[in-house]
Amino acid sequence: MVNTTTGSTKELAAVFTQKASLVSACVHEAKDRTEAMDKTLALLAQKPPLDPQMASGKKQDPSKRILAAPNLDHDGFQQLSDLCRAFPHIHLIRDRLRDFPGGIDMGVTTADFGIADTGTLVINSNDEHTRLATMLCEVHVAILAVSDIRETALSMTKELEMLVGRKGSYTAFVTGASRTADIERVLAIGVHGPLELHIILVEEK
Amino acid sequence: MESHENLKSYKHRLDDALDNHFLRQAMDKFAVAYRTSRENAFAGMDVADLIQQVADIKAAAIADSKALLERFIKKATAHGVHVHLADTAEDANRIIGEIAQKTGSKKIVKSKSMTAEEIHLNRWLENLGVEVTETDLGEWIVQLRKEGPSHMVMPAIHLSRFQVADLFSDVTGTDQDAEIDRLVKVARKELREKFVQADMGITGANYALADTGTIGIATNEGNARLVTTLPKVHVALVGIDKLLPTLADALTVNRILPKNATGQAITSYVTWITGPSECTTAPSGKREMHIVFLDNGRSKIAADPVFAQVLQCVRCGACANVCPVYRMVGGHQMGHIYIGAIGLITTYFFHGIENAKNLVQNCTNCGACKAVCAGGIDLPHLIKEIHARIQDEAGHPLQSLLLGKVLKSRKLFHSLLRTAHLAQKPLLDKKEKPYLRHLPMIFSSDHNFRRLPAIADVPFRDRFEKLHKPTDNPRFTIALFSGCVQDFVYPEHLEAAMKGFAMHNIHVTFPMGQSCCGLPAVSMGEKSAARDVALQNLDAVDLDTVDYIVTLCASCASHLTHGVPKLLKDYAPKKAAAFADKVVPYSVFMNDIVGIASAVRTGADVGRKTAFHSPCHLCRGLGVHNTPHELIEKSGNQYVPTDEEETCCGFGGSFSTTFPAVSNEILTRKLDDVTESGADLLVTECPGCVLQLRGGVAKQGRKFTVCHLSELLYPQSEP
Ligand code: SF4
Ligand code: SF4
Repeated sequence: MVNTTTGSTKELAAVFTQKASLVSACVHEAKDRTEAMDKTLALLAQKPPLDPQMASGKKQDPSKRILAAPNLDHDGFQQLSDLCRAFPHIHLIRDRLRDFPGGIDMGVTTADFGIADTGTLVINSNDEHTRLATMLCEVHVAILAVSDIRETALSMTKELEMLVGRKGSYTAFVTGASRTADIERVLAIGVHGPLELHIILVEEK
Repeated sequence: MESHENLKSYKHRLDDALDNHFLRQAMDKFAVAYRTSRENAFAGMDVADLIQQVADIKAAAIADSKALLERFIKKATAHGVHVHLADTAEDANRIIGEIAQKTGSKKIVKSKSMTAEEIHLNRWLENLGVEVTETDLGEWIVQLRKEGPSHMVMPAIHLSRFQVADLFSDVTGTDQDAEIDRLVKVARKELREKFVQADMGITGANYALADTGTIGIATNEGNARLVTTLPKVHVALVGIDKLLPTLADALTVNRILPKNATGQAITSYVTWITGPSECTTAPSGKREMHIVFLDNGRSKIAADPVFAQVLQCVRCGACANVCPVYRMVGGHQMGHIYIGAIGLITTYFFHGIENAKNLVQNCTNCGACKAVCAGGIDLPHLIKEIHARIQDEAGHPLQSLLLGKVLKSRKLFHSLLRTAHLAQKPLLDKKEKPYLRHLPMIFSSDHNFRRLPAIADVPFRDRFEKLHKPTDNPRFTIALFSGCVQDFVYPEHLEAAMKGFAMHNIHVTFPMGQSCCGLPAVSMGEKSAARDVALQNLDAVDLDTVDYIVTLCASCASHLTHGVPKLLKDYAPKKAAAFADKVVPYSVFMNDIVGIASAVRTGADVGRKTAFHSPCHLCRGLGVHNTPHELIEKSGNQYVPTDEEETCCGFGGSFSTTFPAVSNEILTRKLDDVTESGADLLVTECPGCVLQLRGGVAKQGRKFTVCHLSELLYPQSEP
């Protein structure tokens, strides 16, 4: 284990990036939140149409893209909606995710912490929309401030206890996209959760 | 799997499994790949230290489980969780059934839980008319096939993509290609509908944290997240052995669990739930949450001084991954519900003696499980303890009883061996002297997979006086412990060693009162006989007069070092410890203590490519890995590594006579590995392994020969 005091932010970010990449997460860098949102929208623009998972339920217009941003703060959400105005085919939502059981194209969330030694995101998912956005989306984009990266889970027990120990808490450690090796031990990505995980490391909070 | 089968029908099932080509190949590939991915996952870490931390945390939690449970209940209740206590499997089923009925739940989605398998929860709920759908891919597959899981972490590891494709074609009513990515997407789609319709979700938990009333669930597929988010009711079924005090404890365990299970640094998801969380469709805005704590015999285990450590299990499945028997026969044959070494033990506690009595014998005692166990459990030892306990409760089979009786008297035992020597005379192969061609009646015909050696004309104990050369000013005085196989079957191993001892001025004594080391009795579940011979051996050696007790049998060495002190801890603990302290295996004695130099020799006995088979009791039992390689080089031959040098040869004493078909498959895999290395010679350091390997080489017509390390160092061709 590396000593907590010696790991500079930069080094931690490098370890985080390396470990997250090992589990097929794509790590991007952005200098601030605006750039992170631009990158998010660029990723959405490249994304193929949704493969709906429910036979029942209403059909989605194939030209539309659903983007859920449930846990951005008020200003952040405002900023994203302003950016989305330039893309009429993007349907931006922040709640009522249960209306889309067949899936949504993209969920963008902030992450509370990153854990470098395993490339893990820690996401406070107490509210249902955050949870569903990260579960029902085909692509999950997580925005993580470099300053929130810690070395190991054990080195940040206090911070984690603050998150986990509260009544009604639902805290998620997310490492890579959902995966299975249940058939012939062959790795397949994208089972019941996202098919892709993108992490945008932001220098300034 | 439910019926109480006898040993014979169990063996038939083993045969079927051995005939299953896909299973065998899949398991082989897995066993080899697992080793590497585990190593990579732990690269740069002190694994032994990590395991010790986990063992300590779990042991403390088990000892304190009552208080932890109370603390958990208090916290969780304050959060608004309904906590239930289930003493038995039936209690748990009833409680969960009632929750389903009270909440009007007709459709249930489940994430993987071995604990739910343990109590046969699905069956119970289905009888109530509730639809239960497993949502973990592997678990869903075995549910659709109406089977149980064949691995604790990878439930469908026994199936091929083709079998899954056929199954999914049936389920969806459309033809499905046998392409894994596509099959996974089929499950994604089919199950999404189930998640959305479900009234209730059931999960297990990997951790239950008393300080905060939190449960932790580790998954890769993300199904447990949907199970605990979409339905209005969540029931977690948790064994009381999952209780830990703090989040830090759980995080410590979680550092090793996924690495040991699949070689992953961490699972894709670890979810921490502290009380009911938001649920927009529930009337109160919060999900109704129940936690059912299951005892089902766990408190009894916790109170048992020998077996309490069983509860240190974190269910990583690694003990199956490395088990040579599991590898050959698969999970349905290597456990009842819980699979692998831990399954051989817990089946007795959770599912009764009838389900356990055959299983518990299916172990070569190779120790591979113990070496990787995340909970630091001495699995092989406990398997033997369970075996003995079962025999004490259900009665000892005649053979084992006889062995026990015979061993109690050394004189009787040795005179029987001498008589057996006479009885085998008419059976000896005329052309190839050293092998029994037909087997005496006591052996079954499928025992024929290897050629058995004959009992020697003159046992070593009768040759010793002649071979013994008194020395003035000896460098060391040793007691030579022969073990029965070398004494009566392979005295030549000891004769070769005697040459070396003489060359290096070592004074050898051969205590005539020594008997069998007792390991065969342990492995047949005859604990009291094992204790008797242990005491006889202690009496036979005068510890004050010898520097070392040297044995050429790694099994004897390991048993005398670790097994005997355990057996005698209430009888002669000090003497057993002093005895154990002096025991050294032959290779260590010659290489590290005597420090022999490289041999100067020419001719046929040098320059051969030489592979080593490391006896389980040498590498894992005594922690000796490289010393024999050095001796091979010193003998003037070239050591060649083989992939599975430290994998069991399948002998395992009585194992090979109880399960000859499995033993033969393990042996064949071993010999294949040596053949692939291109070795001319295979050397080992245990007469049991020589018996198995040499017999297999003769029977299968392999192109290499087998000998004991002593024969390599001091060949017959030399005086
Ligand atoms: S000792 Fe060896 S054979 Fe026995 S259960 Fe453990 S790994 Fe399997
Ligand atoms: S007994 Fe040990 S190796 Fe086996 S599943 Fe339990 S913790 Fe893992």
